[in-house]
Amino acid sequence: MVDGWDVLILVIKALAIFIIVPVAPLVFVLAERKILGRIQSRIGPNRVGPWGLLQTLADGIKLGAKEDFIPPAGDRVVFWLAPLFMVVPAAMAWAVIPIGPEVEIGRKIGLWVTDLNVAILYILALGSVAVYGPVMAGWSSNSKYALFGSLRSTAQVISYEITMGVAVLGVLVYTGSFSLVDIVEKQKDMWFAIPQVIGLFVFLVSGIAETNRAPFDLPEAETEIVAGYHVEYSGMRFAMFFLAEYANMFLVSALAVILFFGGWHGWTIPGIEGLTSVLWFMLKTLALMFVYFWLRATLPRLRYDQLMAFCWKFLLPLGIVNLLITAVLRLGWS
Amino acid sequence: MSIPLNAYLLVGAILFSLGTLGVLMRRSVLIVFISIELMLQGVNLTFAAYGAFLEDMAGSMFVVISLTVAAAEAAVGLAILVALGRRVTEFYVDRLDTLRW
Amino acid sequence: MTDQIVAFTYLSIVASVAGLATILVRSPVHSALSLVVVVFHVAGMFVLLGNGFLAAVQVIVYAGAIVVLFLFTMMLLDLRRHETERTVHRRQIWLAIPIAVLLFAEVAWIAISKPEISENLKGAFPPQTIDELGGSAQALATVMFTDYLLPFEVASVLLLAAAIGAMVLARNPDEESLASPPDMIEDAAGTDGSSDQPEGELSETPATHG
Repeated sequence: MVDGWDVLILVIKALAIFIIVPVAPLVFVLAERKILGRIQSRIGPNRVGPWGLLQTLADGIKLGAKEDFIPPAGDRVVFWLAPLFMVVPAAMAWAVIPIGPEVEIGRKIGLWVTDLNVAILYILALGSVAVYGPVMAGWSSNSKYALFGSLRSTAQVISYEITMGVAVLGVLVYTGSFSLVDIVEKQKDMWFAIPQVIGLFVFLVSGIAETNRAPFDLPEAETEIVAGYHVEYSGMRFAMFFLAEYANMFLVSALAVILFFGGWHGWTIPGIEGLTSVLWFMLKTLALMFVYFWLRATLPRLRYDQLMAFCWKFLLPLGIVNLLITAVLRLGWS
Repeated sequence: MSIPLNAYLLVGAILFSLGTLGVLMRRSVLIVFISIELMLQGVNLTFAAYGAFLEDMAGSMFVVISLTVAAAEAAVGLAILVALGRRVTEFYVDRLDTLRW
Repeated sequence: MTDQIVAFTYLSIVASVAGLATILVRSPVHSALSLVVVVFHVAGMFVLLGNGFLAAVQVIVYAGAIVVLFLFTMMLLDLRRHETERTVHRRQIWLAIPIAVLLFAEVAWIAISKPEISENLKGAFPPQTIDELGGSAQALATVMFTDYLLPFEVASVLLLAAAIGAMVLARNPDEESLASPPDMIEDAAGTDGSSDQPEGELSETPATHG
């Protein structure tokens, strides 16, 4: 059954994840700065390399050369572990993300590492593990700004996780499967964005809040609490927080594409279906990434009570109503 | 299923007894709480192991119910602690004796 | 076969050591983090038992909600000040250890000497049936919404009651005055002494400089 080729293919897939997850954020950081610049009638970074393309690389080198400072009154072990709790879940989640259909290169290869039958739950579980990054960082820094940031982040992330779960449930009612590959296959004729338009809205808003991005970036609100939970971090550890933020945005975008925008489905060119499918998937994901940048440039930051009230008093009831409608439609349909 | 049922039950027993020890010997209210959760971990493992070996879904069902109870207990218990935090500044079970006579 | 044994040995040893750390470490935050390690390794054992759904739910509920709630409360209460105090009961420990050892002996004896599971005790969900249903989640759903519908609903009512109870308990009794700032301003203006004092200070400062 399992021969050398299968093992080799698995190793290549795993390596691909370990290369893409750290490298993609570098590109996104530059893209964000360029796009934000254009939106604000600026040029953006343009000094390092042609058109400023090497700016993130230069920043990375700068961060790597900086002193790795650990607060003397802090908790060393927890301080050291916190960035890992941010990055590792973001990378692990990619194990179940299908970026394309099964392709035939000598043998049938699925463009995913593993097709878990509880894939959605696995991702939600990793999302709940990621809460520990801010919690541990804020507590171990022994700084009041870090503690405030971490309290804000914890409450925000565990609140919006619920609405995200409710939004995902709507899709699960349609598909009857936790497997992401199944979910994409079921969207061959119609994207779930059409029947699940409310669910899509709830999911995207919760996704932005989960990743602590503007306009929900209260945990790191510069004007109030300096930089939030990672205020005491410097050098490579800070870079890991930065990287994890963009990796999580990428993950949420990919997940939204899989759940609501038909994954890799799109018009394909005969002969190279596999390649065009992957291109479709990447195109849709990058479009959602652009929405992230766009929102950051457009919307002001919320107040904390507004953030919580929005989650519990508006988004959650909306998600439950959506679930109810979906269930009734599903019953009538079958 | 190459691992015998006894092995799972033994790990469950270890976690449960450690939790009991924690409840009985620690002074901090929070650690007593955490020890109760540790006991529940042992119980969950036992339920799940029996469920798998008896080839019955009742084991999993009981784990789900037990998780629900654990979540409810944690929410109410920690709410009591937050309310208590307005009155006292230290959380040791032998100092919180206002209701004792 | 051997990979299962290796995995189980690793999971059981780490779970036990982390369990020991949970009850022995000084700081409640470290204790909670050790509990997270236990939760993950018990979830790993659920995977070994072929129950991926339970493993995911365990991580989501325990690691993602309960322990986070613990850590949140610890940060809110700011417990760091009392870390130098004695952590165990001085007298009670001499009773606690024998009781725990006795309990462990009892439970371990049952665990080791339990009778073999005979075929007629087995339920309706052997691994093949679970695979046919599409996984442990689907198998659990078939019993959850039929045989165990009432316990399931009761559990949901329990959660609702706990959520409301937690909100009522943790609510700040002084919240009424905080919720309406205009009243507070009026109150402050009404009591003359408190509002006059800052003005007096302000008028004094230039005088000292002059």
